[in-house]
Amino acid sequence: MLRKIALWIDERLHVSKIYASTAGHSVPASAESWFYVFGSGTLLCFIIQIVTGICLAFVYVPSANEAYTSLEYLNYQQPLGWFIRAMHDWGSNFMVGIMILHMTQVFLFGAYKYPRELTWISGVVLLICTLGMAFTGQIMRFDQDAYWGLGIGAAMMGRVPLIGPNIVHLMLGGPIIAGETLSRFFTLHVFIIPGLIIAVVSMHLRLVLMKGINEYPEPGKPVNKLTYEKGYEELLKKEGVPFVPNAIRKDLIFSGLVMLGILFCATFFGPSGPEGTPDPTQIRTVPRPDFFFLWIFSVLALLPEYLETFLILTAPIVGIALLFALPFLSGTGEKSYHRRPVAFLSVVVIYLVVGILTYLGTYSPWSPQMDAWSGDQMPVKYIQGRTPLELEGALVFQNKQCRNCHSLGGLGGQRGPALDRVATIMTSDQLVRQVLQGGGNMPAFGKNLSPPEVAALAAFMRTLRAPTESPVRNSTEPAQPGR
Amino acid sequence: MNTKESESQETNNSGVSRRGFFLKVGVALNALAASLIAVPLIGYVFSSFTRKGPYQSWISLGPVVDFPEKHTRLAKYRNPFTRPWDGATGDIPCWVRRVAGEEFQVFAINCTHLGCPVRWFQDSRLFMCPCHGGVYYEDGSHAAGPPPRGLYQYEYKVENGVLWVRGGQLPTLSEPV
Repeated sequence: MLRKIALWIDERLHVSKIYASTAGHSVPASAESWFYVFGSGTLLCFIIQIVTGICLAFVYVPSANEAYTSLEYLNYQQPLGWFIRAMHDWGSNFMVGIMILHMTQVFLFGAYKYPRELTWISGVVLLICTLGMAFTGQIMRFDQDAYWGLGIGAAMMGRVPLIGPNIVHLMLGGPIIAGETLSRFFTLHVFIIPGLIIAVVSMHLRLVLMKGINEYPEPGKPVNKLTYEKGYEELLKKEGVPFVPNAIRKDLIFSGLVMLGILFCATFFGPSGPEGTPDPTQIRTVPRPDFFFLWIFSVLALLPEYLETFLILTAPIVGIALLFALPFLSGTGEKSYHRRPVAFLSVVVIYLVVGILTYLGTYSPWSPQMDAWSGDQMPVKYIQGRTPLELEGALVFQNKQCRNCHSLGGLGGQRGPALDRVATIMTSDQLVRQVLQGGGNMPAFGKNLSPPEVAALAAFMRTLRAPTESPVRNSTEPAQPGR
Repeated sequence: MNTKESESQETNNSGVSRRGFFLKVGVALNALAASLIAVPLIGYVFSSFTRKGPYQSWISLGPVVDFPEKHTRLAKYRNPFTRPWDGATGDIPCWVRRVAGEEFQVFAINCTHLGCPVRWFQDSRLFMCPCHGGVYYEDGSHAAGPPPRGLYQYEYKVENGVLWVRGGQLPTLSEPV
């Protein structure tokens, strides 16, 4: 009886035929590799995101007035709301991370080469969509960082010549960051981009079925457009294995580990934010983007001003165009990274650059530390045994917010140089000139300091050196023993 | 069957088959209807491209006496172009510097580099930005860091002892205040 029902369903739905052409399709035995698990891992994360995202949408209110409260409600009132938020949050981190591993593997293994150009291109579209999801998702967590993140986005768009204002208003859905802005990003995050991802993932998988999984590349076996497809067919005949159950084994183990990883992080680290209400009048804030965008934040701090607008507007377009063009620029030839030194080095350089920029972004040395002047301790060794004038200078140093940019004893801003040994580098005259006139990216304090304050400050700074060191002096100045 | 025959005969006689004609009319009809729907749809989504001029309106910041001379203070106003569901996002801060008498400078909160909120430091008389380290003097001019220009300034007027500014939109490099 059961068998009859099964057969009836199969006859109507063609389940076994679909199974044979998808799950049962033949893949090269060499594709049963631990390097080939990242694609399915990314897809798994996406499915987790859909399920947890739908759960969040049951409660979340995409309104500028209510979003923050509904997030707090999810965190503290809705049973297990914190868990769903944490799963969605960590799921997105895992998704971006695993997707980048997948992309790196595909690049290093030459899998984007003939005849899989479109697989790569659809993958690049998925990369852009996923990063779009990460950014718009950060906006859904409608807090101070989300608000000022939108401000940064608008300021970048505002640099577009001619139609800049129109693009800003299109992005914000009005003249300021407000209710319609959140609605707009909600639409992107929940309807437009996920719809695109589902469509493009379908194409991506269809292409994997039609053009086959890349065989594990061997050095010395270059891709030739005339012979490749025939060779691949022969390879499948000779040593092809069905995707299920052979090649899927490692995917399954990896997927299980990924799920456990997300579960572990979600349970033990919880959801992030929301931090600070999205109230622009609360200006005591230090806006930072989420982890994956920190490196862009760093780039924006470090670019020279004359290049900035040009690079903000052209670099993303050039970068994406290069990714799209890659399979046409090097569509044939060696696949193995053992024979592609430029490709291998590019990956190393990109990882290093993005890694260092991200690291810099985590403590952003280019930003003044807004509370250093009032909050950071003055090391005792810099005030002990000092004259009243020098102590007065130490007060000026704190009160005039010098500490926000200059550290002493490791505390304070890193925007300007640390001043622990400034007396061994600059003479009294040089110190006064620098303070009054500024320069070298330091503001001039001439208008804000009275002559006695300047004298006190200079006297204090002349004491900033190790006890064994003597301060530098003008060549015309006679040496004074002691000071 | 003789439908095929009759169709081919029809084609031969007039050069246009009934089926071919229907197909063309069908495609044309759909194209027409779709574009009639698409035009207002695109107009709706891209309405920012058809608006005339910037959003600007005179906004009261309160009595002049609230702003002592030679001081810079934070002021807030409710953006004149808001929706009922905007909540706190419709409250916009700005820095008001009363130079002397009725001479003011009213600065937008947004750094001209990438829009983060600048903070005023009374003692060093500087505005500092927490994002990428932009610094401005008390008159709003660029002092240090990456900003490409000085702070954005609102147009202002004093009427019957009340300070008014002209604003209503997020300032950007291409459309300041």
